[in-house]
Amino acid sequence: MNRVIVIGAGGAGLVAALSAHENGAKVTVITKEYPTRSQTSMAQGGINAVLSDEGGDSVEAHIQNTLKSANGLADEKAVNFMCKEAPNVLKWLDGIGVPFSRTKESQIAQRKLGGAAAPRACYAQDYTGLKILHTLYDRCLEAGIEILNERYLLEFITSQDNNDKSYVCGVSVLNKRSGEVEVYEASSVIAATGGYSRVYHNYSTNSVSTTGDGVALAYRAGARLSDMEFIQFHPTALKNSSILISESARGAGGYLLNSKGERFVNELLPRDEVARAIDDEIAKGYDVFLDIRHLGTEFIENELPQEAKLAKLYENIDPSVELIPIKPAAHYTMGGIEVDEESSSSISGLFAVGECANHRVHGANRLGGNSLLELVVFGKQAGKSAARYADSFDKKVDLSEQKKSFEDKIAKIKEFSSEINFYEKQRELGELFYKNFGIKREKTAMGTLLNEVKEMKTALSKMGVSDKTKEYNTNLIEFLEFKNVLELSELILISAISREESRGAHFRVDFPSLDNEKFQAHTIIDRDGALSYED
Amino acid sequence: MKIDIERERVVCYELKTKNQTLLEALNDIKTTQDASLAYSSGCRSGVCGSCAVRVNGREVLACSYHIQDGDLVEPLNNAPVIRDLVVDMDRAYSFNAKAKAWQSGIVDDVLLSHEDEKLNEVQSDCILCGSCYSACPVYAQNSEFLGPFSLTRVWRYVSDKREQNKKEKIDNIQTNGVWDCTLCNACTLVCPQGISSKADIEKLRARSAMFGYIDPNFASFGFGGGFDGSPTF
Repeated sequence: MNRVIVIGAGGAGLVAALSAHENGAKVTVITKEYPTRSQTSMAQGGINAVLSDEGGDSVEAHIQNTLKSANGLADEKAVNFMCKEAPNVLKWLDGIGVPFSRTKESQIAQRKLGGAAAPRACYAQDYTGLKILHTLYDRCLEAGIEILNERYLLEFITSQDNNDKSYVCGVSVLNKRSGEVEVYEASSVIAATGGYSRVYHNYSTNSVSTTGDGVALAYRAGARLSDMEFIQFHPTALKNSSILISESARGAGGYLLNSKGERFVNELLPRDEVARAIDDEIAKGYDVFLDIRHLGTEFIENELPQEAKLAKLYENIDPSVELIPIKPAAHYTMGGIEVDEESSSSISGLFAVGECANHRVHGANRLGGNSLLELVVFGKQAGKSAARYADSFDKKVDLSEQKKSFEDKIAKIKEFSSEINFYEKQRELGELFYKNFGIKREKTAMGTLLNEVKEMKTALSKMGVSDKTKEYNTNLIEFLEFKNVLELSELILISAISREESRGAHFRVDFPSLDNEKFQAHTIIDRDGALSYED
Repeated sequence: MKIDIERERVVCYELKTKNQTLLEALNDIKTTQDASLAYSSGCRSGVCGSCAVRVNGREVLACSYHIQDGDLVEPLNNAPVIRDLVVDMDRAYSFNAKAKAWQSGIVDDVLLSHEDEKLNEVQSDCILCGSCYSACPVYAQNSEFLGPFSLTRVWRYVSDKREQNKKEKIDNIQTNGVWDCTLCNACTLVCPQGISSKADIEKLRARSAMFGYIDPNFASFGFGGGFDGSPTF
């Protein structure tokens, strides 16, 4: 058997699936939604690649910008690899039919995003992620890759080899439609399950599905996690809904203004710096606005159509004549499942890619336009590694007992009393995180928050589901997601409390400077919760 | 404000907040009133295609529609209802594969101009929300009809310079495809992305004609009478 199972059908999952398929594996993609509904569809700004040295850009500059933004916490080798691969990635995406915007010279159009020395982000209007994702999906159909929809991951199933080393041998999922537990054997598994920004609940730009399931479950299966405290806040989310307004608006010359109508920061600094500057203005009691009026109606219609639509729909304003009210919101999680140079986690046969994984290319702060790039570069790598591993997988696997055991677990959860409404707690947690653990962090507040999280965890058995139906029970799925969110919340806080310095997206009011001597290292969490630092 | 939601029976819910999107209202109901309500959502911003439903008989994205007093919310048409507002989209999605809505091969160094890009810019905005299949009267009658979004997707590739085998794409959409559409335009009216599958189907018909295909409906009515193609009266 050389079956590779990919969990997640966003950009990373689909690239990994295509790559594993090309490398001879029998691939099954499993998603809790449908492919094309993932977080990738929301990526607007672009995908970074240096396509020519005209205009003074270079791969070296891309590398340096990425490293600078990462604040000393990226792996130089990994960043080198990613940036050098970028032109090939764009060639491939162009070759499979991604409808990128083009210049008058028939080149792929590029724009400047924050922290970049030159216009480097290739885009398709402000639908870059959407158009890449859909084209990848079409490729998967062409390749005949099996995709199983609406199945929620319950566990990465592991076993021990003769040397007591864990290896993955399958997954169990809850078929949302039938309510049945299903167990799938696999020679290797690729986690492409997305980030965990929904810890911030309504204060995140992300899809409601970005609940970090894969990260929490990989941890439960024994995988090491790293850099969990590094969570990027996007400077410009709509004030009321936290819906993202792309960085391309600032890249094109948009201003940030406070209530007095004054600019207060260079809008094109990396996201962590801009977000902090906005936070400062809000702390002074000002409202903050994005101003793109001067870009003109035609430009907005052509280059930022989605932005204009979202501003109208959710703030009821016309950005060509009015200011857009904004706030920073949790946007991207740099940390995740710790992987090596082959995209393998610390569990044999379990690979990870995309936002759920930490390939150490974003460090303490991701550069805009690098996440779409990362998912293609490392998606290809993860697919290849997983196929190769699957090919040499020779262990006998018997999962016949597994189904019953998961059914029992689900049945037990359904017996939890519902005296506390977990939705209320989820909202409360998001608010607490945003207010006490947002852009600025401090020891006492984090300690209090950690206690709250622990209390919520203890009270989970009183927060059960009121809906006991078997078929399509979203109440149950959302409870399981909340359980994962709570588990990750604790790990995020432990990591953040321990890092007594400020670096990139992790800003400590009580330790405002960088401490390279102690902390120029990755935070590692082992399965027993033990925290350590590694270069 | 009150809205009615079609579940096993129509259930009326009272909402306190005004000026909400339907998705916000559904979230309010789910988290504070009735946790058993089933619906799908994702991005909240109109790009993931998860939350299409019908309001007062018309397809909308719940995240992009502001509710009004007395609205009746129902699941999409022409798809099996799994529960409440959730329908099974597998069949509609399967037409993308049947229609071979992909680029035939991977190409190298085909230059596209700004004008080339504009040929399928709107078509490639499709989010596969399924509103068009819900509104399509042909699909309602003929469950084998390839349907609006998959045909739009075929046009997206056929209109692209990088597609090297346009004829094969066109050959594949002759049966239960372009000629079955009645050009009623219902799909266009409900598309949240401003795509007109009807117009794309017309373009595919024109392209089909270039490859020698003729409208079978037309052929069987007053045109192909004689064996030599001469009209009979």
